Amino acid sequence: MASAAEIARRDEQGKVRSRWLLSAPALVIVFIASIGPLFVMLAYSFMAKGDYGDVKPGEFSLDGWFSVFFQRDIFDDTLSLADAHLSILWRSLRLSVITTVLTLALGFPTAYFIATRPRHTREIWVFLVTIPFWTNLLIRTFAMQQVIRNEGVLNTLLMWLGVIQEPIPIMYTDWAILFGMVYVYLPLMVLPLYASLEKLDFRLIEAGYDLYAGRLAVLRRIIIPLVKPGIVAGSILVFIPSLGAYVIPRVLGGGKNLMLGNLIELQFGAGRNWPLGAALSITLMVLVMVAMLFYVRNAARSGGGHG
Amino acid sequence: MARARFDFRTRARFDVRAQPGFGTIALFTFALLYLPIVTLVVYAFNASDSLSSWGGFSLHWFAAAAQNQSVQDAAWRSLIIAASAATMATIAATMAALATTRTPPYPGLSFKYAFINLPLMVPEIVTAVALLIVFAKVKVWTGYSGLGYLILAHTAFCIPFAYLPIRARLEGMDQSLERAAADLYATPWQVFRRVTLPLLRPGIIAGFMLAFVISLDDVVISEFVKSGGQDTLPTYMLGQLRRAVTPEINAIAAAFLVLSVALVTVFFFINRKKA
Repeated sequence: MASAAEIARRDEQGKVRSRWLLSAPALVIVFIASIGPLFVMLAYSFMAKGDYGDVKPGEFSLDGWFSVFFQRDIFDDTLSLADAHLSILWRSLRLSVITTVLTLALGFPTAYFIATRPRHTREIWVFLVTIPFWTNLLIRTFAMQQVIRNEGVLNTLLMWLGVIQEPIPIMYTDWAILFGMVYVYLPLMVLPLYASLEKLDFRLIEAGYDLYAGRLAVLRRIIIPLVKPGIVAGSILVFIPSLGAYVIPRVLGGGKNLMLGNLIELQFGAGRNWPLGAALSITLMVLVMVAMLFYVRNAARSGGGHG
Repeated sequence: MARARFDFRTRARFDVRAQPGFGTIALFTFALLYLPIVTLVVYAFNASDSLSSWGGFSLHWFAAAAQNQSVQDAAWRSLIIAASAATMATIAATMAALATTRTPPYPGLSFKYAFINLPLMVPEIVTAVALLIVFAKVKVWTGYSGLGYLILAHTAFCIPFAYLPIRARLEGMDQSLERAAADLYATPWQVFRRVTLPLLRPGIIAGFMLAFVISLDDVVISEFVKSGGQDTLPTYMLGQLRRAVTPEINAIAAAFLVLSVALVTVFFFINRKKA
């Protein structure tokens, strides 16, 4: 006869087993079509490139990783830094940081504005932010193109106002990518900021004013420190997709102003250098992971009191 | 206390919540969010052949888009993929949510949670090229190059989106009704079918709709996974943007937009009723 404890233990084991079975389909699908292929790609980054794309299977080579950072001169075989790749990497980082700063500059006052509306209208404002967020990314990018192109709304308006005589060419410049990314990722900044600001205790602000703090001091010393978790969350949510942007630079940047995502695509298309493409992808992922770690550390430190 | 109230009254015009300029920036933000979308929709009704001039109001481009065979095919394909992927993702996510909520911690619980959400952390372009590598090989080995790859890839990245609202709903449900049913000799299956599932329904509907919209909107992964002649509506549009753009694209985009907004609005009101 099994003891009561034995039966309970077996029952518990059975439950755990059935929970694994229940979650198996989700885990298997995610592994097959999302996580597993990343390991294959990691392996590909260490193989020799095939003559017509693909790789030479089983032939180990560090060329892919090597050419992320260096290039070999085709005439005299000397080594130099791969300027083309590094400048695209640098542009991706720079544009992502500027996008994050701009969305924060616009998003913070917007989230604050929503959080200070009467309770019953807040939901509507949040909904207005959510709608563009759920609209197809390509459609929003295309919509931005119609605003900033030479005959677009922006140039027409500026010329009508007499600010400029000739349309300013914005399309196919870094500015176009910047406009697109700020527009597309703005909701990702506003929503977490709002979640933080909504919980803000305005009695603390009142206390600040009672102690003779000015508007700026209240903002800088009370509001911003209290909603820091929201600021960090919003910044990460904007920074990460900006860094991996592919559609926006492709549509708005034209063929010249590549970002990391487009450089990766190029290696699997015309570049026919799959190992390099794989190595660049892993580089992008490592950058994203670093940003995530920063976020997790920050979230852990601030204790999550304010979401 | 009396003094504090007196202070408050003399400063009645001083709003502690106000910050100078914030309202203006907020209105600018809302204008920025909506100006491009409105422009896009307005130009869909442009009678002119090009996007550079306004030729009067017309429904011509909607008719042209509706009659375009490639657009019809792409739209149909998008719907099939979204419906299949969202269904499979919702089933898998519901099962996973049942296995990972309302349970004492057990080994592997946090692993499962992290693993299911992992697709959200990987940049889309990275997943896309990784899938390109693997599926290119599988296509050669099996000789199969149908829609299955797109549906599988979409299912994988839809799972975390379906999982979120279902898990949230489950966590808010207490187990007393299920215990009561079990006490009344309902079999585990009957408990699930008659008690758990009906209670869980709003979460499942929300999860399905999220997954459906996410799948419908996807560009990057579809662009890399599709075989020849398997354009979805977004990849078709991406391809068209390379060429001279006519308002036909605006018409397609506007119709797409209306569909997404309608789905999100329904989603919003379902969630609102619950709260």
